[in-house]
Amino acid sequence: MLLGRTANGLYWMNRYIERVENMARLVDAGLRLALTRTASAGDEWGSVLASAGAQWAFNQSGRELNAANVCDFLLRDTANPSSVLSAIETARSNARMVRTALTRETWESINEAWMALKRMLAKPVDERDLPQVLDAIKRETALIRGAFQGTMLRNEIFDFSRIGTYVERADNTARILDVKYYVLLPSVSWVGSSLDNYQWESILRSVSAHRSYRWVYDAEYKPTNIADFLILNRRMPRSLAFCYDNISKSLTYLADTYGARHPCHDTVANTVQRLKKGAIKDVFEAGLHEFLTDFISDNNRLGDEVAAAYRFY
Amino acid sequence: MVAFDEMNPATTGLRRPYAAYNDWLNAQDPARLTEKMRDAERVFRKTGITFAVYGEAEAAERLIPFDIVPRIISGQEWRRLTQGIEQRVQALNAFLDDIYHRQEILRAGRIPKRLIAENEAFTPEMIGVRPPGGVYTHIIGTDIVRTGENEFFVLEDNARTPSGVSYMLENRETMMQLFPELFRQVKVLPVENYPALLRQSLAAVKPANLDGPPTIAVLTPGLYNSAYFEHAFLADQMGVELVEGQDLRVVDGHVAMRTTEGYKQIDVLYRRVDDAFLDPLTFRPDSALGVPGIMDVYRAGNITIANAPGTGISDDKAIYSYMPEIVEFYTGRKAILPNVPTWRCSEPDSLKYVLEHLSELVVKEVHGSGGYGMLVGPTATKKDIETFRKKLEARPSNYIAQPTLALSTCPILTEKGLAPRHVDLRPYVLVSDRVRIVPGGLTRVALKEGSLVVNSSQGGGTKDTWVLDD
Repeated sequence: MLLGRTANGLYWMNRYIERVENMARLVDAGLRLALTRTASAGDEWGSVLASAGAQWAFNQSGRELNAANVCDFLLRDTANPSSVLSAIETARSNARMVRTALTRETWESINEAWMALKRMLAKPVDERDLPQVLDAIKRETALIRGAFQGTMLRNEIFDFSRIGTYVERADNTARILDVKYYVLLPSVSWVGSSLDNYQWESILRSVSAHRSYRWVYDAEYKPTNIADFLILNRRMPRSLAFCYDNISKSLTYLADTYGARHPCHDTVANTVQRLKKGAIKDVFEAGLHEFLTDFISDNNRLGDEVAAAYRFY
Repeated sequence: MVAFDEMNPATTGLRRPYAAYNDWLNAQDPARLTEKMRDAERVFRKTGITFAVYGEAEAAERLIPFDIVPRIISGQEWRRLTQGIEQRVQALNAFLDDIYHRQEILRAGRIPKRLIAENEAFTPEMIGVRPPGGVYTHIIGTDIVRTGENEFFVLEDNARTPSGVSYMLENRETMMQLFPELFRQVKVLPVENYPALLRQSLAAVKPANLDGPPTIAVLTPGLYNSAYFEHAFLADQMGVELVEGQDLRVVDGHVAMRTTEGYKQIDVLYRRVDDAFLDPLTFRPDSALGVPGIMDVYRAGNITIANAPGTGISDDKAIYSYMPEIVEFYTGRKAILPNVPTWRCSEPDSLKYVLEHLSELVVKEVHGSGGYGMLVGPTATKKDIETFRKKLEARPSNYIAQPTLALSTCPILTEKGLAPRHVDLRPYVLVSDRVRIVPGGLTRVALKEGSLVVNSSQGGGTKDTWVLDD
């Protein structure tokens, strides 16, 4: 037995924890690129904002587009609901709300992350301290994940949490691909060729996959391989296929536990079908951008359908 | 005014209940103790045991300071206290039943009719309603102060929604983590089973027409309430749902909560929401914290609400002054635990006396709580007293006054070693098919030297409270 409000709290708690980590990783990737590039660093930060889904909000803030401002906006600005500081605050609020559904270890890891990040981000971060701060953010979310995975019972509480994590992660990966891919690809005819371009690494780096890519593919970055890795590879923990396998597993458990299927089950089954291996050529033929746009909107719809099916509100 | 020190009274020296602890203490390295004090604070922060202070937006979450020197009560002292408390809570429940039914005590002329009729804590909606099991106030926090070896007084009967029990439990937990060896040397009665007893107690007063075990839930006003941590803690420890008003609605004559599988019936609601917000259809119409229609379900006998609506009439400070009469009227015996002498400012003679002695007295609002809106004469400035005098003259019936008691002291650990500070005691009492009192309670301590105000909202701290198994 689980309150609808609690399921909602678990879902959003995990979305925001995932978001904290994604923001840190995006800033990290942007930073790396800015160091290796000579010109048009502003463009690069613009695309970091776009990947973070924060371009519009940033423009609203009236700040000038430069490294320091973008980093500050993504890490500390409380007017930006997705900044690390805002996201950990929202995650912890939700955790307090669902406190009775969490193990002591999970709650304390979130509470401690909140205390640590608030302290760390109380003042603007000096450029020289940035790498350290980004590492610390990722370490905090890793601790939360560890406590959660290590202590939580695999029941409906776990399922709603996992759905939140993977809906957020899938959205993040899809957006990074969509924004970066065409910025970096000189022309569609280059899709199959090898590119000796460190910029490709930034896509992989922003999903922590620059090393694992090399374990799976050639050392060279090929656009098709990168897309394959991030979209269809079932063993890559930030790929769309991996995210949807996990969402699907949890929704199946929920259907079994409650003995009822809902529209969200059909939506997830459709998406899983489209992410089956071997389809990367079809994806490119139909257009990667179109594919990703559809994916993002289906992913949002899935979130709404889960909320409706399980009476979040 | 020399206060009685519970550990080391000036005249007689170290008291027996503290003997074993004192041996242990003397063997400790002071630097280690200071370090342990810091550990304790870290534990509380990490666990998130915080409270919100109203009107302080910035420090939205604060810790209640915790002192590592326990407050120790002998088994014998405790047995006497519990007899007095038990008698008192039985009288409170009998009084509530009477006041909402035949009003015998008014007919007998033992307390004035206007005290009920003009009292905003009197809840007409409860007239003629008999709650499941006949219990009105299920959870009571009886505030007790001590002034000497054998002098205990009841300062307040908190019969609405007393808070602080989570601190009793977490303080013990923290002490056991910090000083495990101490609990091997001193035999202290456990308090850990409070949540289990609370659950049993609530289940024992389930609605009469319900077969099978009841579904219990804790109703909280939400995240931003000052006691939210405690609400979540108790729900967690009892293994019941923590619900908000937005989760509940009336379905087919029962209160039900919205779950991921639809609405599910609730039979017993431990509510931590004030009466006024409980049911917008009956009480405050603008309340979003309660459940529209819950009072109809209640009157139909389909839900137990703990504590029942309308219990405020029994712990109101004006009624308090009549508690000796109330105890005698319903139990047929004199009160075992005395009241603190109280002047009712509604009575002209008393008002005159109070106005003449403001600098010696403690004056409280009849409906106030948490140390807000009160005057502590001996420590107040001339200006404070004059401001208060005007308020008192404008609405005398809104106030009572009591002598400034020499509250007992208990040592706390300061940077300069042990130093005495004033304390009070709040044991928690559970009433249902029988009365259950966990051996212990919340000791609140005024951390400022000489201060008599122990409220956490006014700079008070807490201590672990030990009842010895002797």
